[in-house]
Amino acid sequence: MTAENQLVPEKAELGGKRLGMVVEGSLSMGLKVRLDRSTFVEDMSVGRYVTIRGQKDYFLGMVTGIELGAADDRLASSPLDAADPFIVEAVAGSATYGLLHVTPQVKLGRRAIDLAEGAKPVKTVPAHFSAVWESSQRDIELVFGKEDERRFYLGTPLDMETQVCLDLVELTKRSNGVFGKSGTGKTFLTRLLLIGILQKGAAVNLVFDMHSEYGWEGRSETNYKVKGLKQLFPSKTAILTLDEESTRRRKVSPDGVVKIGYGEIEPEDIELLRQTLNLTEPSVQAVYQFSREFGRDGWLSGLLARRSEEETTGLLARLNVHESTYRNLLRGMERLRRLPFLVDEASHLPVQRIMEYLDRGVNVVLEFGRVTSPESYILVANMLTRRIHEQYVERTEKALGEGRQPPRPLVITLEEAHRFLSHEVAEQTIFGRIAREMRKYNVTLLVIDQRPSGIDEEVMSQLGTKITCLLDNERDIDCVLTGVAGKSELKGVLARLESKQQALIFGHAVPVPVVIRTREYGSADSYRGLGLAHGADAKRRLGEEAREVWEG
Amino acid sequence: MTGAIVEPSRVGEVVEASTASFVAQCYELHQPPPLGSLVRTRAGSIMIYGIVFNARTGSIEPGRRPIARGQEEEEEADIFKSNPQLTKLLRTDFEAVVVGYRDELLHQYLPPAPGHIHSFVHLCEKKEVEEFSGRLDFLDIILGSKILLGVDELVGASLRYASGAHADPRAFLVEAGRALASSLGGDLHRLNSLLKRLK
Repeated sequence: MTAENQLVPEKAELGGKRLGMVVEGSLSMGLKVRLDRSTFVEDMSVGRYVTIRGQKDYFLGMVTGIELGAADDRLASSPLDAADPFIVEAVAGSATYGLLHVTPQVKLGRRAIDLAEGAKPVKTVPAHFSAVWESSQRDIELVFGKEDERRFYLGTPLDMETQVCLDLVELTKRSNGVFGKSGTGKTFLTRLLLIGILQKGAAVNLVFDMHSEYGWEGRSETNYKVKGLKQLFPSKTAILTLDEESTRRRKVSPDGVVKIGYGEIEPEDIELLRQTLNLTEPSVQAVYQFSREFGRDGWLSGLLARRSEEETTGLLARLNVHESTYRNLLRGMERLRRLPFLVDEASHLPVQRIMEYLDRGVNVVLEFGRVTSPESYILVANMLTRRIHEQYVERTEKALGEGRQPPRPLVITLEEAHRFLSHEVAEQTIFGRIAREMRKYNVTLLVIDQRPSGIDEEVMSQLGTKITCLLDNERDIDCVLTGVAGKSELKGVLARLESKQQALIFGHAVPVPVVIRTREYGSADSYRGLGLAHGADAKRRLGEEAREVWEG
Repeated sequence: MTGAIVEPSRVGEVVEASTASFVAQCYELHQPPPLGSLVRTRAGSIMIYGIVFNARTGSIEPGRRPIARGQEEEEEADIFKSNPQLTKLLRTDFEAVVVGYRDELLHQYLPPAPGHIHSFVHLCEKKEVEEFSGRLDFLDIILGSKILLGVDELVGASLRYASGAHADPRAFLVEAGRALASSLGGDLHRLNSLLKRLK
């Protein structure tokens, strides 16, 4: 036998524990595994991975259901003397037994040559009586790979210490979603993902940080401080703020304050705010009429300018706008005018400034401070993204034409995504477009939401990888799992995630769906684990960087 | 209750033999080996193992029934003292269901040939009981046998008896219980009552 054809060592030699054997199964419905007597059913949990040792191949499968079985159907009506521990001990595992429902996810070869090829899709089922083992570190590594320059360790599979790694280069090729009801750890997961993307240099990030928790220190649910991007990667992160006062009060010195001039708000920006500002359809149309009258950058000032009643009537007549429409529009625009970051004339165009940062590979976190009203978030995120996207399109096309390197991939992190991607507005917003066009122009989204059912179906189906914490609303679960193979099995897994630190990942960046316990984040150890400096180290590094700036 | 292993000894000889069972007459009146105990006899070069059941004492002549003799006696033992011929007119027999044999190896299935008439029957010693009951395939032979006495009674008795030969009798019984649960898993009522007999 050549080395290539050599079988890898039997599982027993690799450690781990035998759990049971395959007794029933089909490719469409998955396998039934009868637990050995030595495996206690209560030690099993849905979502964990097992390895099925078929006669020719290994299969990696996820436990998607657990059942109690009895050899005699009459168990329920003529029970055994359950008060007698002797009887219970004797029948456990034979007359009564535990069953696992296992969905095989990938096939792993048993020969050394197969191992090099990695995981393959499952096109058959393991034979009767194939032994089922706890998955070993080797099996998981074979599927998810080891942490390297592309892969980022995000967590461990359930009941295991092995690392599950996410291919961030693949991840950032498409738009992705982080879901979960509130308080399940979406923010933590997102922080980790951002750190990963930053660390591996897979892309540059632009974060619309509605609650000011990614740039600088945030707080965990248990109220201990966790570091933000700027603290961990001071030279690679810039914090911009819309509310300087709030940012400074938190003892954070921002790299810049974003002010937006009236002239920068374009009619398209208003369309998205229709619902939030209670505008009628004719009001939105009227915006375009005003823009024709006063120009694209003068229409808002023109609309809000004081004028006499006569002038107003004349203007409305000229523009053919009904007075009630005008009043409606004016009311909406007055609300906008109250936003503190809107000024008559902005000194620096924020888009240019952000683009400069992104060009240098610096990640931008835009803090909203106290300005967390929906209209401000929607307005700013939409406005900036639209313009940044325009520049990306232009540069990508230019690069294509001139055979140059396209711009750095950009990931835009968006919270409360349903506001931008709901069925009604997804067609119109730039976010809907980015989600649909994938990474044609090197821009993708990382959407974060607690009500995925509020997001347009088409957009959902375009998300490459979905990372979802616990969801308990039936519609949300359905919506997240739309189009996934083995949906009904995963449904059970998703609904039974723990409410903290657990997430189901599936899609483009992982070869198989997997439930992970998210890696720890926030302790000194966890920073070290991420290869990041902490405490004195961090101060020293900050000092060095400052010196470089001054001396260099 | 677990059985105490009786001293090994020659207890009788085969008077009737078939592949699945044999009948032996005891040398001592009223002293058959215990119900469920393991005995062995020879059939040429092979050793046949049986589990004792259905011991009975009666007249040596099938047609003649013993008559009551103790009306005048103080103690039961005095009857035999006054009528010494009685020990010759009565006999104690027992049956054994064949559960395996040994040629070079120990097998827990039926032997190729039945035992021989007048072969001696020995009660097995403790080590032999431990070795034999180290495997539990013989339970299926008893469960499938067509004996008149309750099969489940015999299974219970044989396991209780064998447990006495093991260092940890309870662990042995639990193991045996599991073997029974595998065989009788489809009939929980019977399994339940059988398991109760193991304690």
